[in-house]
Amino acid sequence: MTDGITPSQTVGPFFAYCLTPKDYDVREIFSPDVAGPGVQGARIRIEGRVFDGAGEGVGDAMLEIWQADAEGRYAHPADVGARGNAGFTGFGRAPTAPDGGFAFTTVKPGPVPGPGGTTQAPHVSLTVFSRGVLTHLRTRIYFDDEPANGGDPVLALVPEARRGTLVARSTAPGVYRFDVRLQGEGETVFFEA
Amino acid sequence: MGLIYPTGSAAAHPSNDSPGYKSTSLRHPKQPLVLLPHTLSEVTGPVYGHETVRPGDDDLTRQHAGEPLGERIIVRGRVLDEDGRPVPDTLVEIWQANAAGRYVHVKDQHPAPLDPNFTGAGRAVTDAEGRYAFTSIKPGAYPWRNHHNAWRPAHIHFSLFGPSFLSRLVTQMYFPGDPLFPFDPIFNAITDPRARERLISRFDMDTTQPEWALGYVFDIVLRGRDQTPTEEPHDD
Repeated sequence: MTDGITPSQTVGPFFAYCLTPKDYDVREIFSPDVAGPGVQGARIRIEGRVFDGAGEGVGDAMLEIWQADAEGRYAHPADVGARGNAGFTGFGRAPTAPDGGFAFTTVKPGPVPGPGGTTQAPHVSLTVFSRGVLTHLRTRIYFDDEPANGGDPVLALVPEARRGTLVARSTAPGVYRFDVRLQGEGETVFFEA
Repeated sequence: MGLIYPTGSAAAHPSNDSPGYKSTSLRHPKQPLVLLPHTLSEVTGPVYGHETVRPGDDDLTRQHAGEPLGERIIVRGRVLDEDGRPVPDTLVEIWQANAAGRYVHVKDQHPAPLDPNFTGAGRAVTDAEGRYAFTSIKPGAYPWRNHHNAWRPAHIHFSLFGPSFLSRLVTQMYFPGDPLFPFDPIFNAITDPRARERLISRFDMDTTQPEWALGYVFDIVLRGRDQTPTEEPHDD
């Protein structure tokens, strides 16, 4: 046994040269482009902005996504079905621009198993790290063109009036808009887990 | 619905509504968090191991033509789960200020010198026993604008993945005996003093190398317990 877990601390304002070092002389190992050229599935772009409680863009945040591939398989040993889509890691990391903007390019995930024999609608797990955020925030991105959203066991746990904050809006073929509102009107639903 | 990981342990994390740390005021959710069952989406996570690091990534003192100024240190430790079992082959990313308390980041305006021989970013992967080690220089304290005469205790930022998206952790390692601890709202946002203590590394003579570097030990405990993955880990 241990005395307990190591507590979280903020990522702070100065993480970029290590975690998202595109503009620095440091090798980049993660990127917002999740699916390499050989990966199967419908190519999509998820773009949006992160806003604070005053409606200002959060220009020093980092977002991470984790998702299944187009057939609903996670690239992880706990998903026994997950093999055969080489090159798809399912993980992406993006810094926000000065206006809070971000974008990921990936493939649309497939449905994945849910609790008690249910099926979860296609979704992407999203975490938000930032100066002023001591423990990273956890949310999900669903898609507005998925009829399966109506039967999703996690969306069903969210008060109906707030469910829309978890649903990305299709704005053009293959392009979805998803804004993150940390606080205030239209505040994004965040999860504890 | 199933919660696979222990949830009580997460209480060690600081609340995002921590008024002493001013930047939280417009950045913390005010609506209640929704309890998320631990589905396949949560108990899986990115797997990054040895393929992500290159030789030398763990030595922050050898990334430039010359050696950085400052007090050379070795920081080592183990990454464990809540039962104390090692977390092997997991990526550890670190970043820090230089010996003068200045970050390479373009937005750091602290009027302390940059060191042309120090960037301050490092990576390592844990071995089969969960062990990692870095060579670096001791970062300096630095001022910030949270309140009058605010200074951050010297620290090294750590980022870890662990076995799932639930075990993801970003934190900061501190040095023993720092006089700035009582004044730092980020450190003190962790309300449990025993949990705060877990962020303070331990000076270790066995890690210290004669005529070379001081040694510090920092063990990290991630959420989760050793468990045999099953096809439907979410079923109760």
